[in-house]
Amino acid sequence: MTAPAAPSQVNRIGLTKTDYRGLPSTLCPGCGHNSIANQIIAACYELGILPEKVVKFSGIGCSSKSPAYFLGRAFGFNGVHGRMPSLATGARFGDPSLEFIGVSGDGDTASIGMGQFKHVIRRNVPMLYIIENNGVYGLTKGQFSATAEVGLSLKYQGTNPYMPVDMCMEALASNATFVARSFAGDSKQVKELIKAGISHHGIAVLDIISPCVTFNNEENSFHSYTWSKDHSEPLHEIAFVPKLKEIEFEDPFEEGETREVTMHDGSTVVLKKLEKDYDPTDRWQALRMMEEAQRNNWLVTGLIYYETGRPALTDLYNLPETPMNRLGESDLRPAPETLEGINASFM
Amino acid sequence: MSAQKIVNDFSINIATVNGSGSQTANSTLLRAFFKMGIPISGKNLFPSNIQGLPTWYLIRLNKEGFTARKEVSDIVVALNPASFVQDLASVPPGGAFFYADDIRLPINRSDISLYPMPVKPLSRESDVSPNLRDYVANMVYVGVLAHMLGVPEAVLQESVSYQFKGKEKATEANMKVVRAAMQWAAANLTKTDPFAVEPMDATQGLIMTDGNTAAALGSIYGGLQFAAWYPITPSSSLAETLNQYLPKLRKTPDGKNTYAVLQAEDELAAIGMAIGAGWSGLRALTATSGPGLSLMTEYAGLAHFAEVPVVIWDIQRAGPSTGLPTRTAQGDLTLVNFLSHGDTQHVILLPGTIKECFEFGWQAFDLAERLQGPVFVLSDLDLGMNQWMSEPFDYPNRPIDRGKVLWEEDLEKLNGIWARYQDVDGDGIPYRTVPGNLHPAAAWFARGAGHDETSRYSEDPQVWESNLLRIKKKYESIKPLLPEPLIDEAGSDVGIIAYGSVIPAVAEARSLLASRSGVRTDFLRLRALPCTQPVHDFVARHKRVYFVEANRDGQLRQLASIAMPAQAHKFRSACHTDGLPLSAEWVARTILEQEERS
Repeated sequence: MTAPAAPSQVNRIGLTKTDYRGLPSTLCPGCGHNSIANQIIAACYELGILPEKVVKFSGIGCSSKSPAYFLGRAFGFNGVHGRMPSLATGARFGDPSLEFIGVSGDGDTASIGMGQFKHVIRRNVPMLYIIENNGVYGLTKGQFSATAEVGLSLKYQGTNPYMPVDMCMEALASNATFVARSFAGDSKQVKELIKAGISHHGIAVLDIISPCVTFNNEENSFHSYTWSKDHSEPLHEIAFVPKLKEIEFEDPFEEGETREVTMHDGSTVVLKKLEKDYDPTDRWQALRMMEEAQRNNWLVTGLIYYETGRPALTDLYNLPETPMNRLGESDLRPAPETLEGINASFM
Repeated sequence: MSAQKIVNDFSINIATVNGSGSQTANSTLLRAFFKMGIPISGKNLFPSNIQGLPTWYLIRLNKEGFTARKEVSDIVVALNPASFVQDLASVPPGGAFFYADDIRLPINRSDISLYPMPVKPLSRESDVSPNLRDYVANMVYVGVLAHMLGVPEAVLQESVSYQFKGKEKATEANMKVVRAAMQWAAANLTKTDPFAVEPMDATQGLIMTDGNTAAALGSIYGGLQFAAWYPITPSSSLAETLNQYLPKLRKTPDGKNTYAVLQAEDELAAIGMAIGAGWSGLRALTATSGPGLSLMTEYAGLAHFAEVPVVIWDIQRAGPSTGLPTRTAQGDLTLVNFLSHGDTQHVILLPGTIKECFEFGWQAFDLAERLQGPVFVLSDLDLGMNQWMSEPFDYPNRPIDRGKVLWEEDLEKLNGIWARYQDVDGDGIPYRTVPGNLHPAAAWFARGAGHDETSRYSEDPQVWESNLLRIKKKYESIKPLLPEPLIDEAGSDVGIIAYGSVIPAVAEARSLLASRSGVRTDFLRLRALPCTQPVHDFVARHKRVYFVEANRDGQLRQLASIAMPAQAHKFRSACHTDGLPLSAEWVARTILEQEERS
């Protein structure tokens, strides 16, 4: 019997956490995006996904730089502003066995990206779509984004006169099959939701309030650490349990009423009931709760909506077992006699 | 009034109402002439409208094989009251005018042959349901015209059957009307015009189809795996033809699809998807027209700079802006050549025949994957949507070229040591890996931002510039793989350069210039950009070089002037855009006027 590796050092596929790291971040110290990148690393490590099996996508902005800072051994594509969904949609057909993680921001998704956001949801493209939401354009030095709350005043920008866009509402309205919201300061919840989102078969929208320490961290701002901490209303405590026969998981919650949501791959999301009795598989209830939260100025976090059974994009195309990007000439070029028939049909 | 017989050398203009089903009738006539062995072309001048606006269909028969649009049609068929007056006025003296006799408008021409047709009574001969009667009514003019020109009924039978894909019931319903119309014409009309058809053997072994169909088929034989598109005239039929043929041609033995076609939400997404697919190792395509191309500009720049293979078909229509959506032009050339900000120049293929639409369809994928970048193919509405005769398609004469792709075993041999943008071979073309390659050293990060050889973000001035210079070198390296220009030369001082759908007009204009005016010309048919050495040499050998093109500003001449500044004093334009295909008369006239001044 060989001596097992120190259990805290490697995951179930024998990789260390270092194997999931990326380049050092060039974002501001204290940026919420950095802690999200760390939770992506932790989630993938804990799930035991081979980094080479993950593909990263992003658009333009601070958030979109961050895929360089996690999973350095994963392919990545940093596309154009707001339009990473179309890149991911096309790339999905190359090798459907891969896991896709998209990282966008509110500037990227809620403005120019709104169209592609809606359509990537409509097509149920299998990917975790993270919105690192801070209400401002950081990289261009602090202009308001479309998720900034009405009346927000910033030093150089004046007061925002427009109503904000709520990305979770938009996702629900577009029939997303997985909608969640979290706060970058709640790293445990962020991590569990990332795990659940990766395991989801279809589009998983995860809107994470991620304060901009440089341009939008005033105490009264919806996207600040202080406000989010004070107004955060978790729907439930959450734990993700992967479907792994060889590993026995302990009950993630020692006491209290829990609810289990079984995912497409057999893993489960365990939700521990807090004050409200919330059913994340009820879309009507989800919409009501979002509206209620808006009226009461709550930052509701947790798994807002979840649905199984709807086919994902790549289920709809009768694709071969072999990934399409490994097919050879004999699969791709029809036989010569077929062309004779075609020529004859035009005579 | 019976003049000397004019056989297999005239043109017909059929004026109908858009949406009335005349397309089937027009195609039946065209196919019948083709089946008689007569060289023909058919051009649909249609409005941007579903139903109700005037539409014209031009058929030209020419025993010598000239198929460019004629400015005047010898025979006019008038079924549309709205355009009746102008249609009548358009008939040249000695021409023929066939018209629906229920159009009660004054006819003031005594210099032409007039043939009223009882369209409504004859269309009742068919036993189709009343709601389809308007559609078969068009077969009345098919029958009348066929009788008056001398098309045998058996040929019409074949042609109608072709239109209805051999379906007997539909064929017979239409043939009933055709026969009734032929019989009516035999009994009631006296031929006073000189136009007639006689069988020839000039179309033996040829096919007749449109360029978009050829492009779609060429792409399928080129191993297309992914197409994303957004509907836009005149490119939609390219993608729709993919959907028509792929299920028949591209299944695995166990019935799985080796392709995916996706209708995107807009052109921004269509090209994004195609680039995502190209990056993931698929042969990916999108097809569009001018307005869509404008939207695709940003992503085209990303594909160029991140070096992602993708094929983009531009079926040009008349611009700028919405322009004339259903009319043809060659107005996108300079836009496509530089599409994107910064220093960008693209590879452009320029098919000039239906057969080349097929060939460039498959070659474009080989080039895009060899180059690692976007390859554009410029067609236009005339070439893409109208019916052209062509040599049959040839099966690709070389294996698929996937370019420089490294898989796990390749990286194993390299001990995992490689860099995405390193110029290993000295040709500027680096090696790439695609997602799904599980070698630990396979991954790289594609981006439109400045990057070094390892694809890491870089703002280093030297890294930036050397990368741009390497990309430039890559475009030099690819030149020998581009389709060579075709040159027809006999030592004249005058050269003509043209590409695409204007070729038939140029071919005929050269004949006209030589026979009428004694002006002999040499001709270079351009089939790709950037210009290669044979183009430079051709220009060097001539004193005056005319660029014939269907746009206002002479865009090909502009690009040639950039490529060959020292020769630009020789360059002259014969450019014109009114939405219609160029005519040989116009090309000849325009060149002659400039020759006479020189």
